[in-house]
Amino acid sequence: MPYTIAVEGLQKSYGANPALTGVDLHVPKGSVHALLGPNGAGKSTTVKVLATLVAPDAGRVVVAGHDVTEEPAAVRRVISLTGQHAAVDEVLTGRENLVMMARLRHASRAEARAAADRLLARFDLLDAADRRVGTYSGGTARRLDIALSLVGEPQVLFLDEPTTGLDPRSRRDVWAAVEELAGSGVTVLLTTQYLEEADRLADRITVLAGGEVAAEGTADELKSRIGGETVQLVLPDAAALSAALTAVDGRARIDEAGLSLHVTTDGSAAAVRDLLALMAARDVPVERIAVHRPSLDDVFLALTGPRGVVAA
Amino acid sequence: MTVMTEVGTLIGRSVRHTARSVDATIVAIVLPVMILLTFVYVLGGAIDTGTDYLTYVVPGIVVLCAAHGSAMTATSVNHDLTTGMVDRIRSLPVVGASLLVGHVVAGVLRNLVSTAVVIAVAVLLGFRPAASPLDWVLTTGLLALFMAAFGAIAAAWGLFVRGPEAAGALAFVLLFLPYVSSAFVPPETMPAVLRGFAAHQPTTPVVETLRALLLGGAESSPAVPAVLWCAGLLVAGVAAAGALFRRRTS
Repeated sequence: MPYTIAVEGLQKSYGANPALTGVDLHVPKGSVHALLGPNGAGKSTTVKVLATLVAPDAGRVVVAGHDVTEEPAAVRRVISLTGQHAAVDEVLTGRENLVMMARLRHASRAEARAAADRLLARFDLLDAADRRVGTYSGGTARRLDIALSLVGEPQVLFLDEPTTGLDPRSRRDVWAAVEELAGSGVTVLLTTQYLEEADRLADRITVLAGGEVAAEGTADELKSRIGGETVQLVLPDAAALSAALTAVDGRARIDEAGLSLHVTTDGSAAAVRDLLALMAARDVPVERIAVHRPSLDDVFLALTGPRGVVAA
Repeated sequence: MTVMTEVGTLIGRSVRHTARSVDATIVAIVLPVMILLTFVYVLGGAIDTGTDYLTYVVPGIVVLCAAHGSAMTATSVNHDLTTGMVDRIRSLPVVGASLLVGHVVAGVLRNLVSTAVVIAVAVLLGFRPAASPLDWVLTTGLLALFMAAFGAIAAAWGLFVRGPEAAGALAFVLLFLPYVSSAFVPPETMPAVLRGFAAHQPTTPVVETLRALLLGGAESSPAVPAVLWCAGLLVAGVAAAGALFRRRTS
């Protein structure tokens, strides 16, 4: 399968500090891929190498068929980078920012103005178009930032922590903008510290920790790696807890302080019904039940140590 | 040709910045006029240069303002570096240095406007230049070269330092350089050490050449050292900025 982004054995150190110790990454055309990890995991360094801003020390990095070290100019023609800070010009208006970016991508004046109008409409920025960007809210500035990165119709878009520091409403605005991109055939690589964000936006997720890949897969695959769903039974007293544990032949985790029993199931309704039927048959008084699906947070904590070190 | 479009676009951006920034406008227009008024009316009465002090000091003020105005480029370049604009430009199919050229050229344009304002105010106060049209062209050319040289050095400084405060500090250094020259008082009145410095720094020949161009006596002016100083500083500034640009962005 021809990948739009193909990274093999990528290594990069800053002086004596290794930032990436061997990263592999494969992103098919038109998909949204998330690099997930804590601060210092190597997400931004990976993006900088892919965007030709930083030269790799070792490994092969190919973007849209062009090697980043051998043909950086060819890579730059087809990519677009939105960095961690919204790289928008606060003194200019939104429209002026877009026209400037189009001119820098060698559009004629007329083409640049037309491209600005299209992108302003597409990202719901027409009301703000002729105000200075300095007056924008964080979410609006980020939407403009993403619109700017689409000037010149790049094939590959890098979004480095697009929602870091935004309030929840602005974050949803940015998500809507990324989802809008996903349908347009652009290949998107986004980095994030937020599992919810990766889960919602990305087709596949690479978990980075300590400069290497800790896990890779779809959100569901990553979740299934730490087991299925658990059913929590809350019981009235210690005797009931003991009876419940006996009823399931001890195949459960008990939480004595919380007087609850955690039973791993396949997640089906039938399994829950059978479990409750079993408790009823043994006259175990169950007060409440709760079904827990593992969140990506659970995956993340299971895969990475306290400081982003890969768990042994 | 595409490089010209890139540079032109980025010059346009920097010019808009200046025009829309209240601070920049004050620094570029009001401050030079205040300095002119201060020297002529506050200090000038006590300074004896053997000539009319207004006539003596205007070329010095012009150079002071040009040096100080060029330093603003350091802050603009540093701002672009720390806010991600440089990274965005560099991930485009654009010659990265276009950004620096845009800042420096816009700085020269801004500086020429503030110089014109200072000279116009000086004329209102009684300054009577005796320059021919050719002298005015040469004056503009020398000033533009001086501003480009200090602008390139400012760009390098803006790339060298970490934050905006340090970037802004260059303005003070460049503001003081003309004081130890023939800009405000004849260097003969200074202690020997300063006299030596004044004789061997760029603003002295530039001020003297401007004086000659504006007021007559161009034959004996140090025009050659003035141009050589500016050209040398320009080359050094461009080289330093280029090297730092590559270093700070990789």
